[in-house]
Amino acid sequence: MGEVKIIEIKKSVFADNEKDADSLRTELKEKKVFLLNLMSSPGSGKTTTLIQILNRIKNKVRVAVMEADIDGDVDAVKIKEATGVPSIQLHTGGMCHLDAEMTRQGLDNLNLEETDLVILENVGNLVCPAEFDTGATCNAMILSVPEGDDKPLKYPLMFSVCDLVLINKMDVLPYFDFNMERCKRFIQMRNANAQVIPISAKTGDGLDAFANWLLDRISEC
Amino acid sequence: MHELGIVFYIIRDVKKVAEENHVERVSKVVMDIGEVSTVVPHLLTDCWRWATDKEELLKGCELKCNIIPAVTWCDNCKQEYETVKHGKTCPHCHSENTWLLRGNEVEIKELVVSS
Repeated sequence: MGEVKIIEIKKSVFADNEKDADSLRTELKEKKVFLLNLMSSPGSGKTTTLIQILNRIKNKVRVAVMEADIDGDVDAVKIKEATGVPSIQLHTGGMCHLDAEMTRQGLDNLNLEETDLVILENVGNLVCPAEFDTGATCNAMILSVPEGDDKPLKYPLMFSVCDLVLINKMDVLPYFDFNMERCKRFIQMRNANAQVIPISAKTGDGLDAFANWLLDRISEC
Repeated sequence: MHELGIVFYIIRDVKKVAEENHVERVSKVVMDIGEVSTVVPHLLTDCWRWATDKEELLKGCELKCNIIPAVTWCDNCKQEYETVKHGKTCPHCHSENTWLLRGNEVEIKELVVSS
């Protein structure tokens, strides 16, 4: 064996992904495609919320959906059946998140020339997806009432990277010790710029506000 | 379990550096891991052993994690404090106008190689 030496690197492990994410964001802007990265814990109602929102906006913008999961295609099938919106399933190969490279591979399977909005439903998880920039134009997350109002304190990074926090399952609020004002205060502590919209994907409450937020952002894009 | 994804990133970076420097074998990779980076060092080394076993360049390569203590700076009273002990609230003046100075690192510090 030859000579042993030390090579100094001093480089963040996330640096390459952040570079990939920034170049993807720039490309999408040039193509006038808005990419929304939707995150939450499993069972918070991401897919149900998506179906509701897609049915409200699909006649106003050309939209496509990318579903990211570790395995299975239940979500992509469900979206297609319930809304008729083009939907593809991405598998992360055991990984708990999507990164910019995986997002780009997904986008390569969509016709971006005829798309204004792509919604990426990230893997259900409040930790890892927040660590990896996907290259999305905006990040949104869903926190549902049964999960509790203390989540911004427990998963600070997730709340600090999101432009929008949807509080879902408002219809069951009377049955839980969920304090909306407390929750909003905790979110503000993490991210003073985050907008909070209470919704119920089941009853449809608040979804027009979410649709308007999204349409406003797309028109600015 | 983002440690596995992070291990794949480290392997990709190390392979790139090894190629650029015409390295035949990497015997050690030294990481700086911040105390509040959400990376769990022992999970990282577990994933590392599993993933590097498949790579000729990195077979038997040790992964060493230096832990960087987390320190927060208070903008209100201009003092530092230990993040893990006190969180977001400054123990000196109780302000929340604070930000993380260090402790969020997930960095490759250096490689020990032979060519």
